[in-house]
Amino acid sequence: MKTMNLAAAAFAFALAGGAAAQEKLVVYTYDSFVTEWGPAPKIEANFEAVCACDLEFVAAGDGAALLGRVQLEGAGTEADIVLGLDSNLVAAAAETGLFAPHGLTPETDAPGGWADPLFLPYDWGWFAFVYDKTRLAEAPSSFEALIEAPEDVTIVIQDPRSSSPGLGLLLWVKAAYGDRAPEIWEALAPRIVTVTKGWWEAYSLFLEGEAMMALSYTTSPAYHSIAEGDETKAAAMFDEGHYMQVEVAGMLKGTDQPELAARFMAFMLEEGFQSVIPETNWMYPAKTPPSGLPEGFAALPVPAKTLAFPPEEARAMREEALAEWLEALSQ
Amino acid sequence: MNGAARPPAGLLVWLAGGAALALVLALTLGAVALVALRAEGAGALTTPDLRALRFTAWQAFLSAALSVLLAIPLARALARRRFPGRGLLVSLLGAPFLLPVIVAILGVIAIWGRSGWVNDGLGAIGAPRIDVYGLPGVLLAHVFFNLPLATRLILQGYAEIPAERWRLAAQLGIEGRALFRLLEAPMLRAVAPGAFALVFLICATSFAVALALGGGPRATTLELAIYQAMRFDFDLGRAALLAALQFALCLGLALLAAGLSAPAALGPGFGAAPERWDGRGGLARAADAALIALGALFLLSPLLAALLHGIPGLGAMGAGVWPAAGRSLIVALAAAALSLALAGALAGLIVALEARWAPAGRLTEALGLLTLAVSPFVAGVALFLALRPLISPVSAALPLIALVNALMALPYALRLLLPPLREAARDYGPLAASLGMGAGARLRLVWLPRLRRPLGFAGGVAAALAMGDLGVVALFSAPGAPTLPLYVYGLVSAHRLEAAGGAALLLAGLSFSLFAAFDAWGRARDPA
Repeated sequence: MKTMNLAAAAFAFALAGGAAAQEKLVVYTYDSFVTEWGPAPKIEANFEAVCACDLEFVAAGDGAALLGRVQLEGAGTEADIVLGLDSNLVAAAAETGLFAPHGLTPETDAPGGWADPLFLPYDWGWFAFVYDKTRLAEAPSSFEALIEAPEDVTIVIQDPRSSSPGLGLLLWVKAAYGDRAPEIWEALAPRIVTVTKGWWEAYSLFLEGEAMMALSYTTSPAYHSIAEGDETKAAAMFDEGHYMQVEVAGMLKGTDQPELAARFMAFMLEEGFQSVIPETNWMYPAKTPPSGLPEGFAALPVPAKTLAFPPEEARAMREEALAEWLEALSQ
Repeated sequence: MNGAARPPAGLLVWLAGGAALALVLALTLGAVALVALRAEGAGALTTPDLRALRFTAWQAFLSAALSVLLAIPLARALARRRFPGRGLLVSLLGAPFLLPVIVAILGVIAIWGRSGWVNDGLGAIGAPRIDVYGLPGVLLAHVFFNLPLATRLILQGYAEIPAERWRLAAQLGIEGRALFRLLEAPMLRAVAPGAFALVFLICATSFAVALALGGGPRATTLELAIYQAMRFDFDLGRAALLAALQFALCLGLALLAAGLSAPAALGPGFGAAPERWDGRGGLARAADAALIALGALFLLSPLLAALLHGIPGLGAMGAGVWPAAGRSLIVALAAAALSLALAGALAGLIVALEARWAPAGRLTEALGLLTLAVSPFVAGVALFLALRPLISPVSAALPLIALVNALMALPYALRLLLPPLREAARDYGPLAASLGMGAGARLRLVWLPRLRRPLGFAGGVAAALAMGDLGVVALFSAPGAPTLPLYVYGLVSAHRLEAAGGAALLLAGLSFSLFAAFDAWGRARDPA
């Protein structure tokens, strides 16, 4: 019996050794990506099934903190890939000099296409104001219509200084109205019930009935419809067009697994990754998988026009737009 | 000077106190210095930053003043009345400032918001509706958080007035204003400035609450600017500069408060339950009853709303919620134990310093509040920078979270332990020294019996705050092993707001249960 046990132990040891010898890929991402409802668990299983490697997702803070974490760690970082940067952070991320070209020329379904040597998109979405059809019969069809709407058509938004959607709205108004942005903000000011730190507070206040609409995504109603069977939520479609957010990943120069990292970057646009995105991250997949979009997504309205600044321009625009926003809302 | 009489006990006080102070300084001033060193170039202050400084100071001052001024009559009424449910109400006073931020915001909004209960009521009787967003909203939320805390601090002050003094006053026929001047005012002088400083610091570092209820960027606090510099711009120089500015504001205020406060010097008593002969008239009874009822209504209605909000999500929380809750409980208990040890050591040091040179004691007291003024974002990044060459910060996530939260809760514990420790040292120190008591005997016979109540309260606060912490956790979050607050945010990011509401309620419930258990231990030997 004893020898049997020893043999079993030796076997187990050999197995464990084998596993340790397996190549390991470390992907830094934002917290929500790795939760049990996020995309990470399924993607990890799908990639490990084809790579014969060990894929480890590391939660490295919320969206903007992710880049900060990599900057703190510098060239000595354990990460091979950083996944989850907002397109508005891409210019700053490129400037760190920590990222390596991915060398791929994939076709994506993101409106306007994508051609960046360092970063690849994995999902995207349009910002939009979400409303409750039972409370608001007719949603405004533009920022100007919102300004002209009855007084009780109010919004709650996120602060561009602390939230990605908040920054997205700032750039949305700038992209739609250019130099007229300050006057639009001034006219919108009475409609803004309040400004919150993050998405949760704003969306909760909207659900509690404090405002008629909340800044979110055109895909938010799909969550209510698919996960909750609630068909009352809809996104107000604006004639000016909707600003697009793209989420991207990049591989680090200092990676000790360049080949494996490159394989993951390519895998990112394949079915095993893309089919997981819609119902976990509630965004559009960057490349629609052959299996198509879930039903609730396919039924969503599509904006007539997509607005987006190229990363460099978005970055250059930010400070001025922020100053205008502060000025208009601080009166 | 008891330290001179028994050198071994004295040495322990200096060593332990010194170590606690060193830890505090490392995590506050040291953290800012480290972040500044790592920065490329110094930051510069902008006009919006100065506006943020002004708003931060002004709203914190008003919030603290309102909280303490309202807490005085409420605590006075609670101190001299006994009624069924009083113990529960006093326990529930601990609940508001332990609530997760979002739960508190939604609770306050459910009562005072545009579609809240108050406006529904006003609408029903045809009165004009109120709009709280703006400075009133900020103050309302901050008073909701901190009025109960200030009330508990002042209530403790009342409990420390010896029963003999009340009896003597009654025998001499002292009532009303004279009684207030002779007994209550000295006690308030000892307790209220510290309570004011504590509430000021809590409000000065407010961010999400101030912004959401402040209605927009006019309600920008320094903490928001720090967050922006740290997270969005990764401008460490600016973050360090703003953090230093926040320190200067808070330290200045804390020093002022420490200077304003004076020990009550009401002398020792036998620790019996005080019997109150004052305020037995019908008018005084009615006034106290009205005060208590209003206070309870103001504090309990948002709690009730928060409870109702979270209940529907309790069934949808997911299986991961329980291990997460377990992790948070361990962190909370460790943080509470550590926090009490640190506060005890620091309070001992302050009392010993005061005996030698009062200003040194005051400075140490003010420095002890400083961990409340450090931005969790700055502290987190500094810890990360400091530890990364030595260990993997992520692998030590839970101990780090416990340590940081112990330090964050230190100001509360210090605020609670210091006044009674001072009194005990003054009233019994010479006696203990002349009896030749060793450190252990002093701790067991002199300090612990007198400090049991504040220890229980402070331990409860520390545990509950550590339970609900998210600020520091974010940088060290271990994948797959979230604490409960992190788990809640995971639900939110997955859009599962209802489940998140349920899990947040569970978090609030566990935090409060921990607090109530500690508090009940502290009050178990309470007279009456």
